Amino acid sequence: MISRLISLTVLWSAAFAAIAEPTAVERKLANGLKVLVQEDHRSPVMVSQVWYKVGSSYEPGGITGISHMLEHMMFKGTDKHPAGQFSKIIAENGGDENAFTGQDYTAYFQTMAADKLEVSLELEADRMRNLHLLPEELKKELEVVTEERRMRTEDNPQGKMQEHFNAMAYSSSPYKHPVIGWPADIAAYTVEDLQAWYQRWYAPNNATLVVVGDVKTDDVFKLAEKYFGPLKPSDIKPLKPQTEIEQLGLRRMTVKVPAKLPSILMGYKVPVLKTAQNEWEAYALEVLAGVLDGGSSARLSSGLVRGKQIAVSAGAGYGLTSRLSDLFELEATPAEGKTLADMEKALKEEVVKLQKTLISPDELQRIKAQVLAGKVYERDSNFYQAMQLGILETVGLGWQKADEYVNKINQVTAAQVQEVAKKYLIADRLNIAYLEPLPINSTVNNAATKKGGV
Amino acid sequence: MLRLIGICFLLLSQFAYAAAKIEIWRTAQGSKVFFVQADALPMADIQVIFDAGSARDGEQFGLAALTSALLDTGAGQWNADQIAQRFESVGANFGTGVSSDNASLSLRTLTDAALFDKALETMRVILTQPKFAQADFKREQNRTLAGIKQREESPAEVASEAFSNMIYGSHPYAHPDSGVMATVSKLKSADLQKFYKQYYVANNAMVVIVGNLNKQQAEATANKLLADLPTGTKPAPIPDVVMLAKANQQHIEFPSTQTHVLVGMPGTWRKDPDYFDLYIGNHILGGSGLVSKLFVEVREKRGLAYSASSAFAPMLKPGPFIASLQTRNDQTNQALEVLNTTLADFVKNGPTQAELDAAKKNIIGGFPMRFDTNKELAGYVAMIGFYDMPLDYLDTFRQKIEATTIDSIKAALQRKINTSLLQTVTVGNSSKTLAPKQQLH
Repeated sequence: MISRLISLTVLWSAAFAAIAEPTAVERKLANGLKVLVQEDHRSPVMVSQVWYKVGSSYEPGGITGISHMLEHMMFKGTDKHPAGQFSKIIAENGGDENAFTGQDYTAYFQTMAADKLEVSLELEADRMRNLHLLPEELKKELEVVTEERRMRTEDNPQGKMQEHFNAMAYSSSPYKHPVIGWPADIAAYTVEDLQAWYQRWYAPNNATLVVVGDVKTDDVFKLAEKYFGPLKPSDIKPLKPQTEIEQLGLRRMTVKVPAKLPSILMGYKVPVLKTAQNEWEAYALEVLAGVLDGGSSARLSSGLVRGKQIAVSAGAGYGLTSRLSDLFELEATPAEGKTLADMEKALKEEVVKLQKTLISPDELQRIKAQVLAGKVYERDSNFYQAMQLGILETVGLGWQKADEYVNKINQVTAAQVQEVAKKYLIADRLNIAYLEPLPINSTVNNAATKKGGV
Repeated sequence: MLRLIGICFLLLSQFAYAAAKIEIWRTAQGSKVFFVQADALPMADIQVIFDAGSARDGEQFGLAALTSALLDTGAGQWNADQIAQRFESVGANFGTGVSSDNASLSLRTLTDAALFDKALETMRVILTQPKFAQADFKREQNRTLAGIKQREESPAEVASEAFSNMIYGSHPYAHPDSGVMATVSKLKSADLQKFYKQYYVANNAMVVIVGNLNKQQAEATANKLLADLPTGTKPAPIPDVVMLAKANQQHIEFPSTQTHVLVGMPGTWRKDPDYFDLYIGNHILGGSGLVSKLFVEVREKRGLAYSASSAFAPMLKPGPFIASLQTRNDQTNQALEVLNTTLADFVKNGPTQAELDAAKKNIIGGFPMRFDTNKELAGYVAMIGFYDMPLDYLDTFRQKIEATTIDSIKAALQRKINTSLLQTVTVGNSSKTLAPKQQLH
């Protein structure tokens, strides 16, 4: 066993020596905009992303989802570029674009031929400070966002369960509310709300520009200076901490929705890289997630889906880069003839096993091998690399954490995994939701259309 | 179906600027190999693809998918755990999957020799010595049945399944890849073995290799993988698609807040001479995201939906043309009207010169982004190989886009989309839908 591990370690370093580790280069403009560039010359393309430090976890009650609403409104025009122009210009320059909002960030991106970077920077700089927020555009876009919510949440049993689960699990943390916002809040946004939100957060000193691709670092800095340099910074007020209060015991809920399969969702309150007293705890939790769900050989697939055949599917999830303490989640769908109680018992047994017995050297080695390989595979995608840099910078961890990741995971020991299991995966930190299906009675009506087409 | 669409929407492009050249040869047993050397990263993507998709199910819907799902649950001396450990201990990713047209095994691995060899050997054994053990069969069958049940809780899935049935009738493209309750529950392990023996043969296989290997290494890789595969025979072509005689509309009652709307018919196939005209035409109509006509009409102007789009999915035989949206139940008729009008106007009139110019700029300007990752590149190569497209297809892609005109697009659309034969599926809660007359004006 030992000799095998050693030989693999040697192989790994050899595999790694073959490629130079890419690293980002950082520059801060005088107005506070941080610019990160990572060159990748495999293909004459680039991705440009602008990340704002604002997301649903920044939102007070009553205007939940407003970061996401504003993201939609960001396509509605400026003085220089009326509604629809932004997307048209990007498209005519061969680009793809979109935007996304999370709990901790709002980001806008264009992927284009590398020599089109300037087109994207000019447009992004313009809408960072000069957005038009018009009542008639808001009225239409409110409907769009409401449709989006129906699609993602109202008509999606798993989405609905997750939303109710978060609302129960958190007490004082803003992770309590959905990224897309509560329906009543969405319906009540005003132009003034959006204007205030835009003024408060959309400024160069609250943003990061990330460019990855076939570009020259100095050229990117020059273009960034040219377009973003003239923008005035804002006085960004620090965010209130909104720290989650201590949970004082197990919380359970049932979510009854039209569905066909029952399922269970369990979440333990755990620290993340940003909030852990000791950084290694977050990396140990990351490894623990890998022990349970890092592939088909991991414990949930091997033990519960195949071995005991209690579940038709089972998974574990942990995101160590959240801005605030988060949940370590386990979810599963019981196999035919098994109950949610059987499922819960089996998942808890897996947790107990982690607390009582050290994970095996094979498991630890497997996870480290996957992390190392993943580091190579992720370089196949400029977009993914830019995402990583953007998230780390935006949550306040610093993009350099991306470079540390492999080493930090490598340092995790079996004893540390056991320690975090004992410390955090305990009943007092646990939240459980059961999805209880209500019947879906589908009926089919056929009718030949009287006239064709329209 | 989803997987399939993923492959079919890969748009072809040319390698004008890059040295990404496709090399092709046959193994001793007759399988075609398509290879692109890509040395920037110490990794490789390897796929083995068979004409063994769900169109080969016969009456046993779900047979191809379950056969594919069983492959890595036991092979040679190894059980599912051992197989997974072998891949994961070297950081390799392995998967199997089916679409209507094909079945594939995919490996992504580092190319360091010891790691690569272990991953490749594991793939070889899965490919050539799968066990189809009864216990594994039973478990995977149950999981498939659960997946089918889960489909029934999604209005989007219900709509998609109904739509395929409607436009394809008794053609093998009609049923979902994973099958239906009635057929999957009747499958036996022996059915899978039989299917495997018939279709997983060298004459029905092709290999795609993209990565940090030289030609000799790629040859050795393909030879090693397929050496123990019996020669077999290529199956007869699947039947032609029969075009429907009249327009139809089907509504499925569903307790959702939105109604999912699908409109379309069988569309185009990979080798269709109209392909480029249809591609750019659809790009303008509903295939170019935030700037397409459907998106602008349905969402930007009226706020009726979050997404509204259209697509051709070219396959061996005419794959579906689908225009779709989802909207609040009571707006269904209004949204459907906008969709149908936009579609009919476009088929009738074709694009404007400005629309055509903008689309050409987008497609040609964005050309290098279509395959800027090894993953995408491997996808293109697989498509070219499986659909037997000319190897210079990529090199001529931009010229063919450039050559389209308003008239050629209009003519192609009119040949393929007869708007008096459109099939429509709606899935939603009709008690919340106003009668058409109240909605139209």
